[in-house]
Amino acid sequence: MSGDMSTFFSISVIFAVLMVFTALYCILTSRNLIRILIGLELMTKAVTLLLAVGGYVSGRMALAQSFIITLIVIEVVIIAVAAGIVIGTYRHTNDLDARKLNSLKG
Amino acid sequence: MTFDFNMMNIFLLALFLAAGVWTVLTSRLLISAIGLAVTSIMLTILLFLMKAPLAGVFELSVCAGLITVVFISTISLTKPVEKSEVLQLKMKRLKRFVFLPLLLFLAAWVLFAKPLHLTNPAQVPVEQTTLQHVLWFARRFDLIGQILIILTGVFGVIVLFKTKTGQAEKQDNER
Repeated sequence: MSGDMSTFFSISVIFAVLMVFTALYCILTSRNLIRILIGLELMTKAVTLLLAVGGYVSGRMALAQSFIITLIVIEVVIIAVAAGIVIGTYRHTNDLDARKLNSLKG
Repeated sequence: MTFDFNMMNIFLLALFLAAGVWTVLTSRLLISAIGLAVTSIMLTILLFLMKAPLAGVFELSVCAGLITVVFISTISLTKPVEKSEVLQLKMKRLKRFVFLPLLLFLAAWVLFAKPLHLTNPAQVPVEQTTLQHVLWFARRFDLIGQILIILTGVFGVIVLFKTKTGQAEKQDNER
């Protein structure tokens, strides 16, 4: 790995980790279910960046792209299902507060 | 890699993080969803610069497009439901499982009758191959997982809009 490439790799990893921290902050401090989903989405963006940088630096971009496409497919399905659950929860509790999800009856 | 390219990447990485932070810090959910789309666009540009155009296209169309639509739909659909509608949904609970035996039979028939040829025929090192080769030969098993996950997503979208159908039926009965 050349010097420039090594620097780019290090900086990209730092930015990806910062993005993960941002998303974690969002998930931990938010009580709104939609905002928690947005945090989850941001975390997958950081993982996508890590996969792309890993593939770019190692010269295995085709493999990295296949992993990224798989990740995107999984991501969109998780969001679609979670959005359905959020709407169902809202229609039962009339609220999007995650603290009120302490009843598993029904 | 030239120095300018490196600096541009770093600038885009900074914009990517800034868009993510804006998404988290903004108070309105709709603006937050738009911020998420902007983050996806930044990531798409980075993917294009890192010579991953197909992944970039997927990121732009699915993450910046479809997921933003799902979020905006979710935000707009979160409104109260009446108790009578909840009771109506409970009555129809068993009807959802009518097609399960048929689906299980079909799946079993496909799995047992049709050999799937999931062995790995590609012996070429992955760094020398194209994306198409990796997806169709080296990582063929991933495609089956993706198909199953997409089917799960279809059911997720059905869940997203199922109560709306119930409301429409109720309106028809009232008429």
